[in-house]
Amino acid sequence: MSVPLYHVLILASLLFAMGLACVIAWRANVIMMLIGIEIMLNAVMLTFVAGSAQWGIADGQIFSLMLIALTSAEVSLALAMVVYLHRRKQSVDTDDFDSMKG
Amino acid sequence: MEAIVFYLLAAVVLIGTLFAITARQAVRAIVYLVTSFFALALIFYLLGAPLVAAFEVIIYAGAIMVLFLFVIMMLQLGQPEKLPTPRLSDWWPALVLMALLVASVLVIAAASQQAPAAGFQQISVRQFSEALFTRYGVAVEIISMQLLFALVGALYLGRRR
Repeated sequence: MSVPLYHVLILASLLFAMGLACVIAWRANVIMMLIGIEIMLNAVMLTFVAGSAQWGIADGQIFSLMLIALTSAEVSLALAMVVYLHRRKQSVDTDDFDSMKG
Repeated sequence: MEAIVFYLLAAVVLIGTLFAITARQAVRAIVYLVTSFFALALIFYLLGAPLVAAFEVIIYAGAIMVLFLFVIMMLQLGQPEKLPTPRLSDWWPALVLMALLVASVLVIAAASQQAPAAGFQQISVRQFSEALFTRYGVAVEIISMQLLFALVGALYLGRRR
């Protein structure tokens, strides 16, 4: 493929910015915040795979595979916590969980 | 030819993600995101990582997004009126951040005298798995332990009292 590496990196940084914007803009909704984190992790994976392809070393692909495993663990725990919080207060709004606010 | 496919897929990824983060309902956001992840998996394939592309489709689009959908439907968050949508005042820090990042990317892209593309190299599945199970064998064990801990934690959080 004859695409320069920095075009892939620009795509990854735009994707990361979108994920960050999602986390910041939807900070009242836990599920949309988790979706933003997923988008950011995908941008990081794209960077790893592009570096791996550029230099011909398999390490980037291995790290992106581990990133997938880490993400699945993180998402399962986070969604279990969302279910738990929803069971307690019937809401996924982060403003409802301010009982530890000083 | 491959470059054209790459830019088309990049456009699909960016537009799908943009629709996902501005969707009014969480279910629509998930469906847009699945589209975007399929395009991203094809980009991984173009970058010479067929195994990562397969895992992206199977685990990300197939398992994680379906888990999100399952939780959304289980908690009955599908009604848009129950979910607080961000107001315009919630969007401005995100927009400022995005504008800053896009501007910095443009500055870097304009300033750098681009070296000619060296061409991406294909990494065979054999090479990948040899590195994974010899040099990074300990990491695979640790990841499996971590998945087990996540499973126990999710079961603990999800049980009914």
